[in-house]
Amino acid sequence: MPMFAGGVHPPDKKELSSSKPITPLKPPARAVVLLRQHIGAPAKAAVSIGDEVKIGTVVGRPEGFVSAPVHAPVSGKVIAIGEFDTAMGRPGEAVVIENDGKEDWVELKEAPSFLELSPEEIKERIKAAGIVGMGGATFPTAVKLSPPKEKTVDVVIVNGAECEPYLTADHRLMIEKPEEVVAGLRLIMRSLGVKKGFIGIEDNKPDAIEKMGAAARPYPEVEVISMEVKYPQGAEKMLIKAVTGREVPPRALPMDVGVVVQNVGTTFAVYEAVRYGKPLVERVVTLTGEGIREPKNLMVRVGTLVTDLVNAGGGFSAEAAKVISGGPMMGFALGSLNVPVTKGTSGILVLPEEGLFHASEFKPCIRCSRCVDVCPMGLTPGHLSVLAEKGHFEEAREHNLYDCFECGSCAFVCPSKRPIVQLVRLAKSMVKP
Amino acid sequence: MAAATEKGSRERELIVSVSPHIRSEVSVSRIMWTVSISLMPALVMGFYFFGPRAIGVVALCIASSVFFENVVGKAIGKPGTVSDGSAFLTGLLLGMNLPASLWSVHPFLLHVPVLGAFFAVVITKLLFGGLGYNIFNPALMGRAFLLVSWPRAMTTWLKPAAALVGLDAQTTATPLGILKEQGMGKLMEVFGTKQSLYLHLLIGERAGSIGEVSALALLIGGLYLLYKKYITWHTPLSFLATVGILTWVFGGKSASGGLALFTGDPILHILSGGLMLGAFFMATDYVTGPQLRQAQVFFGIGCGLITVIIRLIGGFPEGVMFSILLMNCFAPLIDRLVKSRPFGFREVRA
Repeated sequence: MPMFAGGVHPPDKKELSSSKPITPLKPPARAVVLLRQHIGAPAKAAVSIGDEVKIGTVVGRPEGFVSAPVHAPVSGKVIAIGEFDTAMGRPGEAVVIENDGKEDWVELKEAPSFLELSPEEIKERIKAAGIVGMGGATFPTAVKLSPPKEKTVDVVIVNGAECEPYLTADHRLMIEKPEEVVAGLRLIMRSLGVKKGFIGIEDNKPDAIEKMGAAARPYPEVEVISMEVKYPQGAEKMLIKAVTGREVPPRALPMDVGVVVQNVGTTFAVYEAVRYGKPLVERVVTLTGEGIREPKNLMVRVGTLVTDLVNAGGGFSAEAAKVISGGPMMGFALGSLNVPVTKGTSGILVLPEEGLFHASEFKPCIRCSRCVDVCPMGLTPGHLSVLAEKGHFEEAREHNLYDCFECGSCAFVCPSKRPIVQLVRLAKSMVKP
Repeated sequence: MAAATEKGSRERELIVSVSPHIRSEVSVSRIMWTVSISLMPALVMGFYFFGPRAIGVVALCIASSVFFENVVGKAIGKPGTVSDGSAFLTGLLLGMNLPASLWSVHPFLLHVPVLGAFFAVVITKLLFGGLGYNIFNPALMGRAFLLVSWPRAMTTWLKPAAALVGLDAQTTATPLGILKEQGMGKLMEVFGTKQSLYLHLLIGERAGSIGEVSALALLIGGLYLLYKKYITWHTPLSFLATVGILTWVFGGKSASGGLALFTGDPILHILSGGLMLGAFFMATDYVTGPQLRQAQVFFGIGCGLITVIIRLIGGFPEGVMFSILLMNCFAPLIDRLVKSRPFGFREVRA
């Protein structure tokens, strides 16, 4: 099987939560619905304070082509519209809804013969449901499914790698909803007119490979691919290489090599949206880490605060020191638990003080080449970090700075514990591509 | 917002930093100490054959290296690198690259290892910016400095003997020295057979620097570093292979003293001098070698080429030290010429 060069093997820690079935979390008393839960233009508030909303009411309308609507995840009353803390650190505009506890849904338009819908109808339903890439990149899915005419897409890949340590949300979905995920994939294929679909799964999830394989068996056009466990196997370019052997050129998109990739959670959401007309108001979130008492996989309403999740996990164990939205390799450390779950929140990871790495203690680069060996993009990360440290940003750009997608493999292996990703981001903020 | 949520964030200070949030176990100090440990077999063999004098020289080098790193490092604002073990390793490598004969009070030579350590740590490393910024291998620069400053003392080799404790130790020439000055015939006269010669070189019962004599012990240490993935095959293999091939092709002499192609003795050349020590422990120095693996192959070939040129036609019997120091200059250039291939680069569609 083709395989990207480099990569690392951090301890995967999936055992903390991989056997825990997805359980619904009680909807929040107040839902904080951010208007920007996707890449692109933020949605614009479509409600006013005092408005009554049902689950699925559009509270934010998309602005522009690369945008997505957001929907009310609870029924009740809009009590505030304004700036709110986000997981990314910067505040963002949010609609706050007080839950009346009635769980009233808007009327959903089910499509009985959903597998026969036209590509346009499928895309329309996906767009209306506000679906975005749920692996964390949050690119609006309907846009991804509308490639320019000159690009020919012939392969769709469902990303079931879930290569980030700790996270098990996609794993659980594949075990518990395999038929739905396969149906989602077939809908995506239909929307693009593609005849070949793959589901790429790392081989540390044999149960998921088995279930997905069984669900895909009736459909010869859908194939489950077992992939070597290696971070960042789930990065789009690496996944495409492993599944199809194709290499996405620097600064190009997967569709430039005829591929569209969708995350497992997204594919499931597509199924629900197309079949039932259900908007994206909830998602699976893995609550895990050695710092949380009871790791779980939860079906969580968008807009639920992280602090509610932490409480649902029995609270912190005494030594919890760092709370991360996402996985330990690429996730964002939270400064406050007062931030809402969004469409892109795949996990909440709580790390204990013990064994925690402190970013301030780093040494000069000793040019040991470990980062060069592990960089999946074939870059020289240590050198980039030195250039950024010295303020030579332009030179960093010439050394393919913008090919770095910040997977963190370099910083993971660095014996000098250099904050390579941080320095790369600094350089990116100083020079344009 | 809700009181319950505010309580959560107030009770606890959360640590915020940029991803990744987990790190591997490997650290600079672990690398330095592991390399030091992998040198132990060779060091023990050196101690065995050259006795307490060898222990004295190595101890003096280590102590002075750590002292200079500490005192001068603090003075010029580069403190905090002693605990990482790099000064210890520099001192150890310097000591292993020196002859045990330097432990001598009459004539007084004890200042020689100390000054070597000063040149290695202060001039070569700290003044160039400290750990990670030096251009040349510190231990080898220390040795080069001593070789040109005290050429006699630095080429006075003790005759190896297991129970070498007497005050007036015998001295002798190194195998490469004999080969250079008196030729292969004399070498055979001293060691008897080829097998005996190879065995002496493998075990370490021969004249030479303290840490370079036992090729087998060095190979064990080198293989351990390869196994631990602290070094890769690229530099040592290309270095050794280049020396082997070139000495086989150009190293032989006909009866009349002229060049006889393809009659050289590559095994002799690979096992003797400082080649094993240099190829596995000095040319592989992270800081002073190239970073890209392909570049390391060219680096190793360059080291091998210069070593052979010095051994076969240069004025010195041995050239490993100069070859590595010269190639150190070229390391950044080779990195630049080789360049890594970014993912997907080859398939760019115009």
